[in-house]
Amino acid sequence: MTEQGVRWTAEQVLALAPDDASRKAGGRLGGAGPWSQIGGSASGSVWGLCKGSGSNPYRTVVDLTGPAYKCSCPSRKFPCKHALGLLLLWSAEGVGEPGEAPDWAAQWLADRAAKAARPAGGAAAPVDEEGARRRAERRAARIGAGVTELEQRLADLLRGGLAGQEHTGYAAWEETAARMVDAQAPGLAGRVRELGTIPSCGPGWPARMLEEAALLHLLDRAWMGVAGLPDQLAATVRSRVGLPASGEGEAVRDRWLVLAQYDSVSPDGRLTTRRIWLRGVAGGRPALVLDFGPPGRPPGLALPVGLVLEAEMRFRPGSAGLRADLGERFAAAAPCTEVPAGVSTQAALEAYGAALRDDPWLESWPVVLGPVVPIPGELGWQLADAEGTSALPVSLTGAGSRSRGGLWQLAALSGGGPVTVFGECGHRGFTPLTAWQPGSSEPVALS
Amino acid sequence: MGEGDEGYGEWQELVGAALLGTDRRRGGGPAGSPEALLDAAAVHTVRRRAGLRPAGARPRPEPAPPDPRPAPPEAAARRLAQLLAGRTGAGSGGGGGRRGSAPDLTELLPQWLAAAGRHGYRAPAALVPALLDAARARTDLRPQALALAGTRGLWLARMNPDWRFALRGGAGGGELPDVNDPSAVERLWEEGLFAERVALLGAVRAHEPAAAPRLLATTWASERAEDRLMFLDSLRAGLSLADESFLEAALGDRSRNVRATAAELLSALPQSALAGRMAERAVACVGPQGVTPPAECDGGMLRDGVVKRPPAGRGERAWWLGQLVEAAPLSCWRERFGGLGPAEIVALPVAAAEGWTEELHAAWCRAAVRQRDPEWSRALLGPASAPPAAGPGTASLAERAKLLETLPDGERAEWVAEFVRAHGLSEAFQLLGVCVVPWAGALGRAVVDALDIAREAGSYPWSFSGVMGLAERCLDPAEAGRLEALTATAEEPPDASPGAAAYWAEAFQRLVSTLRLRAAMLSELTPP
Repeated sequence: MTEQGVRWTAEQVLALAPDDASRKAGGRLGGAGPWSQIGGSASGSVWGLCKGSGSNPYRTVVDLTGPAYKCSCPSRKFPCKHALGLLLLWSAEGVGEPGEAPDWAAQWLADRAAKAARPAGGAAAPVDEEGARRRAERRAARIGAGVTELEQRLADLLRGGLAGQEHTGYAAWEETAARMVDAQAPGLAGRVRELGTIPSCGPGWPARMLEEAALLHLLDRAWMGVAGLPDQLAATVRSRVGLPASGEGEAVRDRWLVLAQYDSVSPDGRLTTRRIWLRGVAGGRPALVLDFGPPGRPPGLALPVGLVLEAEMRFRPGSAGLRADLGERFAAAAPCTEVPAGVSTQAALEAYGAALRDDPWLESWPVVLGPVVPIPGELGWQLADAEGTSALPVSLTGAGSRSRGGLWQLAALSGGGPVTVFGECGHRGFTPLTAWQPGSSEPVALS
Repeated sequence: MGEGDEGYGEWQELVGAALLGTDRRRGGGPAGSPEALLDAAAVHTVRRRAGLRPAGARPRPEPAPPDPRPAPPEAAARRLAQLLAGRTGAGSGGGGGRRGSAPDLTELLPQWLAAAGRHGYRAPAALVPALLDAARARTDLRPQALALAGTRGLWLARMNPDWRFALRGGAGGGELPDVNDPSAVERLWEEGLFAERVALLGAVRAHEPAAAPRLLATTWASERAEDRLMFLDSLRAGLSLADESFLEAALGDRSRNVRATAAELLSALPQSALAGRMAERAVACVGPQGVTPPAECDGGMLRDGVVKRPPAGRGERAWWLGQLVEAAPLSCWRERFGGLGPAEIVALPVAAAEGWTEELHAAWCRAAVRQRDPEWSRALLGPASAPPAAGPGTASLAERAKLLETLPDGERAEWVAEFVRAHGLSEAFQLLGVCVVPWAGALGRAVVDALDIAREAGSYPWSFSGVMGLAERCLDPAEAGRLEALTATAEEPPDASPGAAAYWAEAFQRLVSTLRLRAAMLSELTPP
C-alpha cells in the first residue's frame, strides 16, 4: 500500500451519499475538471480544492479512517457533493504519492487526531450515584404503570375479540402508543403502533395480530418479572421496552467486514435509522451498528459495503448479542478480498431459531446464504439451495426490504446459477441485502 | 417455509378464539381468560418461529446462456454504473436550471455503450437491470444497450414484463445456429422470439443474400402485419437486387404500410423494375422543355406505391409529380437533359415559369438521400459559404443535414466547417449533428472559433446551449488543452450582457471537463 491504503470502489463511495441528489452531484464532480491541488497523506486522508460558482474554490478534506469530512462549502449535506466528488476522483485515479497536507487541511486533521487520542467519555465527571438510582427507580415505576395499562388494553382486545378491529381503526392504538411514550417506554410504544396497523394489512391479519399481541404480552410479563430473569435476558427485555443499555458490554477486536448498510425512516418521518451489518472475519460474529439522523439530515456514520475495518466492537448486553458500537479503529479501512462462506437455507432458519432463545422478540437474524439460486415469481421470489430441494421465500416486507429493483439485480447476477447472498433471515422469509457473483469477491449492494 | 403439522390445528383454534373474543366463548375453549389465551399464543408463536423449516423450491429458471464476451475493465464498469446512476438525474434536457460547470453524464452514456460495443465487451451482470431500464426509457439507446446486455439481458427480459421490449427490437444477442444447418435455421425461424428471428435473418443474409428472401417467403403469409413491416425494414441495410423479386411481390401486400415500404426499398435500387417504371413516368413529366405533372394517378402508379390523396393544402398533380421524381433513379436525368451533370441540371431554369422548381428540387433532394447519391447531394447543397436561403436545392436545414449524410465523412466535415465559418453557429446545430464523432480537426476549430466570437460579441452562452452540448459530446478530447485558455473569466466587453463573461468561463469549463471525462472514459475502455 503506497498511498491511503487500498482505494475504495465508486459504489462504496456513492454508498456514503446522504441522498440521490448528492449522489448525482458528487458523480458530476468526480472528474479532474474542477479540482486542483489534490493530494493525500500516508495516514489516510485526501484533500483538494474544488472550483465552484464563487471566486474562491471550496476546500475539501476527507479523513478516510472515519470516514469524516470537512468542506468549506455552505452545504448542510453530509458528506457534501464536493467530498463525494473528491472521493470518486480518488477512487478512480488516486491522488498520487502521499504528501504533506496544506495548512487548511492539516489543522482539521490535527484536531481530529487530538480528539481521537483523548480517552472516550472525557474526564470522569463526579457521578451522582444516589440521584441516578432514584431517577432509574422513578422511570421503572412509570414503565411499570404503563405495562399494567397495556396488559389491560390487550386483555380487553382479546375479551371483545379481534373481529371488528379492521373497522375500529388505528386511532385507538395510536392513543395507547402515546400513553406508552408518556410512560417512557418507547419500545412498547413502537410495538403498539405496529399492532394497530396490522388489521389493514390484508388477508391473514387476525393470525398476525394475535402473534404480535401475544409477543407484546410476553414482553409485558417479562418486564413484570425482570428482576428474576438471567442477566442477558433481563438486558434484552430492558432494551426491548426502550431503556437505554446500561453497563459496558463485551469488547471484541476483529477485522470487521461491512456486509450491508441501509436507512429506514420512521412512520412519522421524524427519524432516519441507519442499520449497518458487520461480521468478524476471524471470529464470524455478526454485529449491528445503528445510527440515527433527525429529519432532513442523514445519519453521520457511513461504512461502505465490502470494506474491512480492523477495530474493536463494543457489544451491548442483551438483544441476542447483535447491537454493537464501533470502538477504536486500528487501521484505515480496506476492501475485502474474499467472499464470506455461506450456509444452507436449513442452517439459516436454524440460526434464527437459536437466536430466539436469547431474544424471543427477534424479527430476523443476519445470515450469509449460499450457494443459492434466486427463483423469480410473480407472487413471490425464492432463494433455493443450489443442491437439494429446499428454498426460503424472499420477504419484501422486512425492515430492510427493497424494491423489486434489488431483486432483479440479484437475478441478473445469478443468471440462473448459484450466488452468495447476505441478508436478514426471519419468520417472514429472507430479505436479501448484498450479493456476490461467482468468481468475484466484490460485493454488490442490492439497491 | 413451514412448520410441523402438530400444533397447527391448535393455533387455528387460538386464532378462532381470539377473533371471537373470550367473552363469547364460555367453557370448553382452549383458553378461558384473555391472559391464558395470550400466554398460549405467545408460546405458540415463539415455538413456530424457532422451528421454521425451508419450503420446497419451485422450478428453477433455465440458466442464462453463457456470454463468451469479456467483462469490461473494472474502472470502465464503475464508470458505467456512474453514468447509469446519473441517468435519471435532473438538469439534463429541460431548459430550466443553469447547468453549472459540471459535465452532463447522461449524454455520455451512448458514447460509453458505443465504445464498449466496438471492443466486444458485455455489460457487467449487476448493471444489466439498470441498462435495461435505461433502454426502456430511451429508445435511442436500445440497440447498443441490448447488444451489450446480450444473452443475460434477454434472459431477464423474458421474466420481467417491464423489459418485454427487449424481446422485440434490438440485435438479439442470443446464440444463432450455424447458417449452413438448414433444420436448425428452420427451427429457430419458426419458434424463435422476434428479436432472434431478425438476428437470424441478418445472419442468413450476410452469408448468402438470396437465401434471406427465401427464408422470409416460407412464413410470410402467416406473419402479422407489424412483423412483416419490421422484417422489410431490416432489409434496408445491405439492400441488393437479390431482394427485388421478393419486394416486387410485397407490392401486392394486404397492408398499406408494407406496400409503401416495399415500394420505397425498390426505388432505392436504381436497377429494379420498379425504378425503371418510375423513371419512365418521371422523364415523361420532366425534361429540358419544361414540366408537365401527371394528369392522373393510374392503377400502375398506385401499385408502385404512389399515394393518391395529397396532404391538406397541396395540389394533387404536384403531389404525384413529387412522388414520381423521388422514386426515379437519378441516373435517368443525364440522358434526359442531353448529357448534363447534376450541378448543371440543378442550375437550369427548368419550369421556373410554371412554378414547379421548388417541387422538383425537393423531390430530387429526397431521391438523392434515398439513393445515397453524393454527386447529386453535392449539387443540391451548393457551396457551403452561400447564404442558406439562396441554395439550389433546399433551404431546409433538416433536408440539408440528410443530404450531407450521403457525402464521405471528410467532405461532410469540411462542408459544415465552411458553413460555420461563413454563417456562425445559429443555424449549424442540425448540420453538426450529422458529422462523424469525434469531429475532424478543422470542424472542431471552426466551432470553437465561432463560440469564441459569440463570447466576444457579449451574448449569453445559453443562446448556444445546443451547440455547446454537441461540442461537449463530439469535440475531439484532444482539444481540451487548447480550450483551457478560454476557461478564464475574460474582461467583459463594454456592450456585453451583464455577467456574460463569467457564464462563458463556466460554459467553457464544463466543455473542458466533459472532454477530459470523455478522454478518461475512453482510456478506461481499453480493448480486451
